Amino acid sequence: MTLNSKVPSGPIEDKWETHKFEMKLVAPHNKRRFTIIVVGTGLAGAAAAASLGELGYNVEVFTYHDSPRRAHSIAAQGGINAAKNYKNDGDSVRRLFYDTVKGGDYRSREANVHRLAEVSVDIIDQCVAQGVPFAREYGGLLDNRSFGGAQVSRTFYARGQTGQQLLLGAYQALARQIAAGTCRLHNKSEMLDVVVKDGRAVGIVCRDLLTGEISRHTGHAVVLATGGYSNAFYLSTNAMYCNVTAAWRAHRRGALFANPCFTQIHPTCIPASDEFQSKLTLMSESLRNDGRIWVPKDPDDTRPPDQIPEADRDYYLERRYPAFGNLVPRDVASRAAKREVDNGHGVGPLENGVYLDFSNAISRLGRSAIEEKYGNLFEMYERITDENPYSVPMRIYPAPHYTMGGLWVDYNLMTTVPGLYAAGEANFSDHGANRLGASALMQGLADGYFVLPYTIGDYLAEHLGESLVPTNDPAFDDVESDVIGRVARLVGNKRGTRSPDHYHRRLGKILWDNCGMERSREGLGKALAEIPALHDEFRRDVRILGSDDGLNSSLEKAGRIDDFFQLASLMCRDALDREESCGGHFRVEHQTEDGEALRDDENFSYVAAWEWTGEGAEPALHKEPLVFENVELAQRSYK
Amino acid sequence: MDLTLRIWRQPDAESDGDFHVYAVKGISSDMSFLEMLDVLNEQLIESGEEPVEFDSDCREGICGTCGLVINGVPHGPERATATCQLHMRKFSDGETITVEPWRATAFPVQRDLVVERSPLDRIIEAGGYITAPTGAAPDANEIPVPKEAADAAMDAAACIGCGACVAACPNGAAQLFTAAKIAHLNLLPQGQAERYRRTEAMVDTMEEFFGSCTNHGECEEACPKEISIDFIAMMNRDYIRSKFKNRKRLGQKKVG
Ligand SMILES: Cc1cc2nc3c(=O)[nH]c(=O)nc-3n(C[C@H](O)[C@H](O)[C@H](O)COP(=O)(O)OP(=O)(O)OC[C@H]3O[C@@H](n4cnc5c(N)ncnc54)[C@H](O)[C@@H]3O)c2cc1C
Repeated sequence: MTLNSKVPSGPIEDKWETHKFEMKLVAPHNKRRFTIIVVGTGLAGAAAAASLGELGYNVEVFTYHDSPRRAHSIAAQGGINAAKNYKNDGDSVRRLFYDTVKGGDYRSREANVHRLAEVSVDIIDQCVAQGVPFAREYGGLLDNRSFGGAQVSRTFYARGQTGQQLLLGAYQALARQIAAGTCRLHNKSEMLDVVVKDGRAVGIVCRDLLTGEISRHTGHAVVLATGGYSNAFYLSTNAMYCNVTAAWRAHRRGALFANPCFTQIHPTCIPASDEFQSKLTLMSESLRNDGRIWVPKDPDDTRPPDQIPEADRDYYLERRYPAFGNLVPRDVASRAAKREVDNGHGVGPLENGVYLDFSNAISRLGRSAIEEKYGNLFEMYERITDENPYSVPMRIYPAPHYTMGGLWVDYNLMTTVPGLYAAGEANFSDHGANRLGASALMQGLADGYFVLPYTIGDYLAEHLGESLVPTNDPAFDDVESDVIGRVARLVGNKRGTRSPDHYHRRLGKILWDNCGMERSREGLGKALAEIPALHDEFRRDVRILGSDDGLNSSLEKAGRIDDFFQLASLMCRDALDREESCGGHFRVEHQTEDGEALRDDENFSYVAAWEWTGEGAEPALHKEPLVFENVELAQRSYK
Repeated sequence: MDLTLRIWRQPDAESDGDFHVYAVKGISSDMSFLEMLDVLNEQLIESGEEPVEFDSDCREGICGTCGLVINGVPHGPERATATCQLHMRKFSDGETITVEPWRATAFPVQRDLVVERSPLDRIIEAGGYITAPTGAAPDANEIPVPKEAADAAMDAAACIGCGACVAACPNGAAQLFTAAKIAHLNLLPQGQAERYRRTEAMVDTMEEFFGSCTNHGECEEACPKEISIDFIAMMNRDYIRSKFKNRKRLGQKKVG
């Protein structure tokens, strides 16, 4: 198999314009003859469904949530980037493009990133027109902040609830289309497989989470906007229901999975408090704009933080990275925190955190200024930890947060299965080996509002006049019987003894220990032996009570965990194969003298796209070489 | 801490439900309320009893998925806190805690503590949006929005759609939810063109599904985002205006 990225030729600034012109169009009166299935109603899915519906396509929309508004996108806090240059501080499409390629440690596709930067400005216009209440200045114009180490202020935000407001905008646009009859919503409906016929995606099979009914849905094209897979680690900042099943099932039907080991560990999360911790809470990265990170110099220092004098504190980020200080990119900040904690400098009851201290900012700007900026985050922190961050420094520690890896897609966001698209966090596209803060929301909305509505038309135009594959086609029969078989095996296992969560926790620990912030040949080898063994035990021993003909959350979880097991092996496989360090992927064998990630551009400047070759078989690796014509590769330096 | 839980169990939407009593031991006060229920569920599974179904996703108080009536109060005893953000330190050792689903005619129980809330989506579909086709938007800074207006719109837009307001209302009314969405959009310049049509359609749809408001104010008390009932007054005013405003002249005068 050769991977064709379909990147248009020509200068990078013109590629997208040229491509838009060259793509085939579907005439307005023909659009309603096409049915498009969109799975997922997060930023990417809701934006795509609403825009496609508006164009006149028939759209069938699926979500396992009760309402489209509950998608995990709702939880994003900090903001969304756009190259508006409203602050006159030298931002531009080119700079956003450059920052994103560099931030991704030169492992993303230039043309995609450039397009992302180009459409970023349209996203803000679109959202404001929908009524997204972004923060404003007294003059009534939009406010911006610098975020995640960017040296320009290009981040738009709505208090600490940017994801919520953007999702509500997209959800409301979708609601308008549902009312207009162009989009049909299937809520509480979990997609469990993709139907592929003659090499093309023609439908999906779902389970109704309330009744257990299995249903078949046919479409001319299928879009998966089903989010990321950080929950493979069990503890992450993602919502509890986030899972990889949709993408994984598509993978097993022929869609290649790209860069699975590129996962992002976010530096500022509240450390776990006990073994029953169900998820980790992110404290927005914007806090690093005003908070200073430190640990006691002496590992045995047990004094409360306010009694540790300046001289006995190590502001390790400011010390090691004088230019960027506390604002170094996420991967760098996370590894540095791990190093401090591993060396015994951790703080808090479990010694599993570092301090994020606002006392300087409070005395410089006043408490009310800090309250205005971060009030809701401070409140959230206090609710969880019972400590008041206005007087006691926050304790933070890195946690799995975002997955750059995902289904491989070409420039049109099509996977290796024709007619099957992936958008948002579910695809691998734009962030390389590390995502910059406030760029996921941008990418999700770019894919949904401004890329898919065009690129899908180009595919459909070739299939004008073709009727839908009927749902009684043998292709649907086969997939449905697979799905029914899987569900039946899970509920039918009456000898099981332990809960699904029990296994998920154990799987998560293996991954976190061996494929987390640091990876080594030895650890990955160990994980690759342990994961399948635990998977076997899971299949034998997981206990699912109740039946499959009604609401059964243990059954839902078990199905998702089953897929996480296989994904986890692939993550380790990919991490083992990539004999370099880049972005969020840090191999201890490959580091500079002062412990920074050491890339190997000569040998690893490619996208690793894995092909499923069957249960228990070794996956096959395909490489998409990355060509850099517009950005010069350099060792990232934040010193 | 050791606790006694009285939990509503109901096999499905059609069957009757009743309270079951469970003991949980050794709960840490740093745990969240839902983590305490996770512990109970692990115990139940290991002892061969079906776990208690409850809905929760983000566990950060923003997705609006969770929602339990705890000791008679939607989202429990802590003010301005969704169920998932409630921690066990707000309870005392040895306490008996009663846990029920939202109780409202418009939200039928599906199983145990899970209810169906899609009538809220129907209200949004009726007009809870600004018509802004993709790609047709002017530059974002073309229309300045006074900071005060943007802030007030954001106060209303903070609604998480959990339905606690409905569950708290003796009449099962959805005024606070509806008013919050109407206010969010009606306060912004971008929302003016559809202002009265929106208000009328959303209020009428709300009334199809939900009970009527008799100004108890319980909704505001229960709201995890402290949405103010002042928005209900704004909605009522716009609703009345929608009945006599000559919409042909909306473009001429300053609206509002
Ligand atoms: C706490 C937190 C804070 C963040 N803050 C920021 C930020 O400030 N800025 C930023 O840019 N990014 C941020 N991110 C990242 C960003 O929020 C996500 O990457 C992004 O929202 C993902 O959007 P999405 O549309 O791809 O997927 P999601 O929002 O995860 O939506 C997935 C959708 O797919 C559906 N789905 C999934 N599987 C199935 C299935 N099998 N069947 C049916 N439906 C299915 C779900 O129901 C859901 O509707 C943050 C992430 C977290 C965790």
